[in-house]
Amino acid sequence: MKTTAPVSRRGGRWTPWLYLTPALVVLAALLAYPIYQLGLISLLEYTQAQVSGGETATFEGFANYTELFGDQQFWSVLLATVVFATLCVTGTLTVGCSLAVLLTRIRTLPRLALMMAALGAWATPAITGSTVWMFLFDADFGPVNKLLGLDDYSWTYGRYSAFFLVFLEIVWCSFPFVMVTMYAGIRAIPGEVLEAASLDGASAVRTWRSIMAPMLRPILIVVTIQSIIWDFKVFTQIYVMTDGGGIAGQNLVLNVYAYQKAFSSSQYSLGSAIGVVMLVILLGVTLVYLRLLRRRGEEL
Amino acid sequence: MMRVKRPWRLAAETVAVLIAVVVAFPLYWMLLSAFKPAGEVQSDEPRPWTLSPSLDSFQRVFEQQDFGRYFLNSLLVASAVVVASALIAFLAATAVTRFRFKFRTTLLIMFLTAQMVPIEALTIPMFFLMRDFNALNTLASLIIPHIAFSLPFAIWMLRGFVKAVPEALEEQAFIDGASRTRFLWQILFPLVFPGLVATSVFSFITTWNDFLFAKSFIISATENSTLPMALLVFFDTETPDWGGVMAASTIMTIPVLIFFIAVQRHLVSGLGGAMKD
Repeated sequence: MKTTAPVSRRGGRWTPWLYLTPALVVLAALLAYPIYQLGLISLLEYTQAQVSGGETATFEGFANYTELFGDQQFWSVLLATVVFATLCVTGTLTVGCSLAVLLTRIRTLPRLALMMAALGAWATPAITGSTVWMFLFDADFGPVNKLLGLDDYSWTYGRYSAFFLVFLEIVWCSFPFVMVTMYAGIRAIPGEVLEAASLDGASAVRTWRSIMAPMLRPILIVVTIQSIIWDFKVFTQIYVMTDGGGIAGQNLVLNVYAYQKAFSSSQYSLGSAIGVVMLVILLGVTLVYLRLLRRRGEEL
Repeated sequence: MMRVKRPWRLAAETVAVLIAVVVAFPLYWMLLSAFKPAGEVQSDEPRPWTLSPSLDSFQRVFEQQDFGRYFLNSLLVASAVVVASALIAFLAATAVTRFRFKFRTTLLIMFLTAQMVPIEALTIPMFFLMRDFNALNTLASLIIPHIAFSLPFAIWMLRGFVKAVPEALEEQAFIDGASRTRFLWQILFPLVFPGLVATSVFSFITTWNDFLFAKSFIISATENSTLPMALLVFFDTETPDWGGVMAASTIMTIPVLIFFIAVQRHLVSGLGGAMKD
């Protein structure tokens, strides 16, 4: 195998950089710079007075962080975010992987039906998915309450039932990604390998442990990490379904909390500090991901 | 695949079809409620069918709001983002897959890391950035940030498609005297195009779905608002007009569904490519 692409031998050392310029300019201006700004604002005293009053922002050091970490609500929101994201990831992976296995055991027609249904859920924009699930579980007019015989039961009133409703919507719209990729992964395992295993008298459990699991591990890592990242920064569903974080903020997660702090109570610095905390946590997840990629020894 | 005994397979197929029905039910209910007459939508006896379909809800949606305008705005913003980010990502993906250069791996890791950034958290600095450039209340304030946010994933996913084009083809092109630019646009681009379309579905969805930027950046110029905002107006009242909400949701979901079904074949292979490394 050649390791060098033919183009690079034909001179043009600057060609890749030329191709990269538009992407790098856009990313530097609209991603890197805002991240820098986010960090900066989190270190300043930045409220309505600075935004519209033209007052100069004063440097506060880590005062905002001290305030944030001293706030009981921050810790409860952080805990809720971690627990909720964990449950969503677990639910999504369980449903997605089981259905991927199910898909390999059935004939074309039912498989197509399940695939199309999943594709529909996947394509649904988060915002319309949220409104539809709200309607399904509506206290007065929803078919679910009718079916379960719950008269006038409001799912968004209690903290846990509201979280549960959002959980259902999130699993519904995120399991298709897991299912489709895992199914593609299982299908990519050569049939001869499985046949050879069964000829050698390997049990189903043994086949799974020694052949399928190791071959599926890389894909499983990717879908797990992706799910963690998506569910940890969930915004739309919580914002729409619990009307901005639920009664008295009982359904807040970090991302919505940061937004509310900044735009509802004009505490831009505190909102930014929460954003920085999220960035740091997600960076940690990314580092784990990179380590796992590296361990597989594959080149990027 | 594995051989499964007949009764078991039948049981598995029944389960699969049942699950498909459950998964499809929310979308069915959305469509149904959008076409139900008002009395049947807000009824204590919700029925899974309607005998008198009507377009009343759709009519209300289009009349009450500047809905057509919002729809066009959304379409314009999403198309601009899709085209711009596809072109920029195509160039960048070509650079990182078909060239070896210093900092290549560093760049790839940067693109990967950039995907993790919670865009909602950047609303605050982005707001100030837009204000400083006098871009608030314009469609550009929605287009430009979304190009940036959709780029990292688009580049990452496109790599697989660009890599799949055999190197021999490239050498052949140069032997035949094609210039680098010619190879890029007349040979590589058409070959990667299906992948480009599949990748675009993700930029399209995030942009189409966005209400946070629309809510935060379009403050006074409501004529520049987008679909999600119109939907939330219906939704936000004390007693939501469910027929209207479902009709608006239907209008918002259909374009994405069409896009998704059109590219689904490439989607699976594209994700496979993005997954592999």
